[in-house]
Amino acid sequence: MEPVKLVYPVEGGDLIEAGEASSKMKTTLKKLGLPPDVIRRASICMYEGEINMVIHADGGRAEVDVGMDEIVIRMIDHGPGIPDVDKAMQEGYSTAGDMARDLGFGAGMGLPNMKRYSDEMHIDTEVGKGTTVTIKIRV
Amino acid sequence: MNLSDVRDILEAEVLYGEDKLDREVTSACGSDFMSDVLAYVKNQALLLTGLVNPQVVRTADMMDMKCIAFVRGKRPEENVLSLARERDIVVMTTKMRMYDACGKLYAKGLRGEVV
Repeated sequence: MEPVKLVYPVEGGDLIEAGEASSKMKTTLKKLGLPPDVIRRASICMYEGEINMVIHADGGRAEVDVGMDEIVIRMIDHGPGIPDVDKAMQEGYSTAGDMARDLGFGAGMGLPNMKRYSDEMHIDTEVGKGTTVTIKIRV
Repeated sequence: MNLSDVRDILEAEVLYGEDKLDREVTSACGSDFMSDVLAYVKNQALLLTGLVNPQVVRTADMMDMKCIAFVRGKRPEENVLSLARERDIVVMTTKMRMYDACGKLYAKGLRGEVV
């Protein structure tokens, strides 16, 4: 399989409709014939990332590189940045508001879930500039 | 069991997927927290929830679930149903509360999964 690069814009503001990019990626990964568990893990990671982006950063974009051996997902935003990454990685810690909670999120599980389902995760963040979360999933 | 058994046990009304009730389900989970569903679910095919927003369908879709059963008589709006149609996920609604719905399914042999 030739490496494939996918880019998805993530609209900010509308948390109710968030998840469209992850859904599209999932459909494409299925078409590419990747194993179901790899597709599921990649989809969950991107979905949590997408939700985070809409809650905290008013959207951004997702870049997905699908290679022979791994899928690399970069969730890139120009939001407020994460002041304390260690804290953000703790299960149960959240700064999300009531809107997110009403929809079933904001339980402080987003980043921990992304780590749980990925083989590698790296957070590059600067307060006031934005955040890039890079996730690798081995095929 | 299959989804028609689930419908009968929950005395549920099927809102989408009447022709897909022969789908087999081997385990289920009940939660109103989608992040918890995303964290702990492995191969559960049935999601019981009292939330009725599009993120419930998105979550079920990411987890490859086959059916969503809304409890406490909750009815999703058309945009939620159309998303479920698009992602091919059966939708039903039951008047039962979460505790009763889970308990009845469990008693009939539909279990959760060891975390």
